Amino acid sequence: MSYQGKFRVWRGDDSGGALEDFTVEVNEGEVVLDIIHRLQATQAPDLAVRWNCKAGKCGSCSAEINGRPRLLCMTRMSVFDESETITVTPMRTFPIIRDLVTDVSFNYTKAREVPSFAPPKDLAPGEYRMQQVDVERSQEFRKCIECFLCQNTCHVVRDHEENKEVFSGPRFLMRVAELEMHPLDTADRVDQAQDDHGLGYCNITKCCSEVCPEHIHITDNALIPMKERVADRKYDPIVWLGNKLFRRS
Amino acid sequence: MPELERHSFDVLVIGAGGAGLRAAIEAREHGMRTAVLCKSLFGKAHTVMAEGGIAAAMGNVNSSDNWQVHFRDTMRGGKFLNNWRMAELHAQEAPQRVWELETYGALFDRTKDGRISQRNFGGHEYPRLAHVGDRTGLELIRTLQQKIVSLQQEDYKEFGDYEERLRVFQEFTVTDLVKDGDRIAGAFGYWRESGRFVLFEAPAVILATGGIGKSFKVTSNSWEYTGDGHALALRAGASLINMEFIQFHPTGMVWPPSVKGILVTESVRGDGGVLRNSDGKRFMFDYIPEVFKDKYADNEEEADRWYTDQANNRRPPELLPRDEVARAINSEVKAGRGSPHGGVFLDVSTRLPAEEIRRRLPSMHHQFKELADVDITAQPMEVGPTCHYVMGGVEVDPDTGSSSVPGLYAAGEVSGGMHGSNRLGGNSLSDLLVFGRRAGAGAAEYVRAMDERPVVAEETITEARATALKPFQQEGGENPYTLHMELQQSMNDLVGIIRRAGEMEEALQRLEKLKERAQSLTVEGHQQFNPGWHLALDLRNMLLVSECVAKAALLRTESRGGHTRDDHPSMDAEWRRKLLVCRASGDGAVVEEKPQIPIRSDLLDLFERTELEKYLTAEELS
Repeated sequence: MSYQGKFRVWRGDDSGGALEDFTVEVNEGEVVLDIIHRLQATQAPDLAVRWNCKAGKCGSCSAEINGRPRLLCMTRMSVFDESETITVTPMRTFPIIRDLVTDVSFNYTKAREVPSFAPPKDLAPGEYRMQQVDVERSQEFRKCIECFLCQNTCHVVRDHEENKEVFSGPRFLMRVAELEMHPLDTADRVDQAQDDHGLGYCNITKCCSEVCPEHIHITDNALIPMKERVADRKYDPIVWLGNKLFRRS
Repeated sequence: MPELERHSFDVLVIGAGGAGLRAAIEAREHGMRTAVLCKSLFGKAHTVMAEGGIAAAMGNVNSSDNWQVHFRDTMRGGKFLNNWRMAELHAQEAPQRVWELETYGALFDRTKDGRISQRNFGGHEYPRLAHVGDRTGLELIRTLQQKIVSLQQEDYKEFGDYEERLRVFQEFTVTDLVKDGDRIAGAFGYWRESGRFVLFEAPAVILATGGIGKSFKVTSNSWEYTGDGHALALRAGASLINMEFIQFHPTGMVWPPSVKGILVTESVRGDGGVLRNSDGKRFMFDYIPEVFKDKYADNEEEADRWYTDQANNRRPPELLPRDEVARAINSEVKAGRGSPHGGVFLDVSTRLPAEEIRRRLPSMHHQFKELADVDITAQPMEVGPTCHYVMGGVEVDPDTGSSSVPGLYAAGEVSGGMHGSNRLGGNSLSDLLVFGRRAGAGAAEYVRAMDERPVVAEETITEARATALKPFQQEGGENPYTLHMELQQSMNDLVGIIRRAGEMEEALQRLEKLKERAQSLTVEGHQQFNPGWHLALDLRNMLLVSECVAKAALLRTESRGGHTRDDHPSMDAEWRRKLLVCRASGDGAVVEEKPQIPIRSDLLDLFERTELEKYLTAEELS
């Protein structure tokens, strides 16, 4: 059941690089990460790749396979034709470190800018009561494994370095939505989403949802509802008039 | 030689899984300037793989549960070899640690009255595991990660610097601990990205590096699990206990080959899944050991009734502790009643409606569909044992997590004693939180009470650097990948789930040869993000730790928990009173016997005498 597969893997560092051709054994049931590991063990011992769990749970091995953002460990070789040349390149939105490894610190910076969960002051640990139906909305977003494929694919930053400053990206806008929908969070997140995290830049093309390996409905369930809340707050004419008259906010 | 990057902290935490992060939070909250060093990116640690839940006797689902019941279950699971003080602290404090996670923002699944829901698991008398579907580890790691961010935000407000008192160094590997006399003085290591070396000066180091599974061929563990903390502790002069006890999780994937070993959560069985052999028989009824006969159903009808009426029925034998189930599966396969790919069948599709399976076991559904083309709502899974957890680890003081080396602490999987000879599912995540917190507090107290801070001698640094660079200095030597594969195969075949003296002796001979060959490893390329080099350095740790496992396993001439001897098949009460202690000696390990501290009498009183008779000697009972 084995065959010799044709691969083109991007190799290089921040000073430049190129696609390198490899022919490598492929066995039944394998995923792309297995092939990368075989390359390391047999042909390119210093080929850099980031990975951990190899079970789609940690979100480390993000890359682009034939141009599509994917997890290397969850992409089965059986989805490709045996004669096909498979191209593996690093995520394009983040600076290259080496080979398939990119500098994803952008994401950790943005994570820090989202104000943390604000617990209710009057409840002691053990006194929290929430209904399953109410926690489920935020639970969907907490399935996120932080592979950053949504950040990588989002066109607001993919080819627009200049937007990185003001735009937190789908992952962290979803984090804002998660806290906003947390039944016991006491902070107001609506204005933040628009003013501090650049929700307005998102024009709901749903690319983020499409590449999410956890199949989270990022756009439909997090971004659009947040946009609606922002619209209710900021752009509803009656609310606007009320704010003016009573000098709220 | 480029100038060495240096940092100075009060407390250094090595490892950023559940134990490391909880320890770091505690140390920081005690006012310590704290650093976390992690081999991977922040938030990717192996804790993320934990599926089933966190065991804590909150009594939300069955109000009969309390810490005493949890303590009893833990001791039974470990076949009474556990450090009873750790088991006691663990059972008492786990609920507070879980509730505390809610104040950090965790969102557990709920009961109808809005409390944290709890599920059944092997070896736990009542539904006890707080969970989020089957991705509880992800929730735990993300919650702790976000708590760390929130502490950093506090510092930003106060000092204008997120990292004033708590800093995470990610993709950083520690190669050696450094000492000043007999005390810990810091740690030396390299940035994965650049390969540049860094010295951390710190009077207290907390090891939270997890396990050793990457020394075995079939494992549920990720690449990080190379026994770094175990080996660092040994080389720093600390001792390890219980290294012969390795947990083979009964249900790992067996097909396709590339995913062999990946975990299939015990929740599948907790939620009603059953094990069948190729004859379609629910074989676990044939494997209920004498010590558990009064707690487990001996027929299918009673076992099935238990899911709805736990008060009047005994538990299904699929929920026996993991060591029992793993051995049973092993026997069925050996007897020729296995599945096509050498496992047995785990079926939940005939037990629960498809919708319910997708809701309760979403990541299992996803994992099998994506990786094996199996729809678990319609077909059985094929599963078999996989190396999952090491019960052994650094010998620590239960209350503070301190090792025998002043300034060196350990928590989580890298520490030993808590789980005895076998860990119950769900007791790992609670262990991380309870003892992570205690080690953080212990280390902080140690630093606070210290008069004079240790100093790192220059020659220590030169030596550590030379050791780390050695693989670049030699040409024409061995490929680290080849050596690693041979090590994994040897440990798997010769010190695996069923052990024999002759095979373990052979394993030790092979380990000696591998150690010799490891002296002449060669890596290509340069220091920047070079996986071949990283593996060469990790191998040093794996070889040392594997030697401890094989030597201790050869000495213990009985079968207990995660140590099964074909040539000594029964449990021996005399052996329960003995620990095997490993220390470094030269470039290898020595193992010695040490008596166990007798169990405190009020804790013994929690058990029926008839039960104690199964484990304790007549002398202990008199």
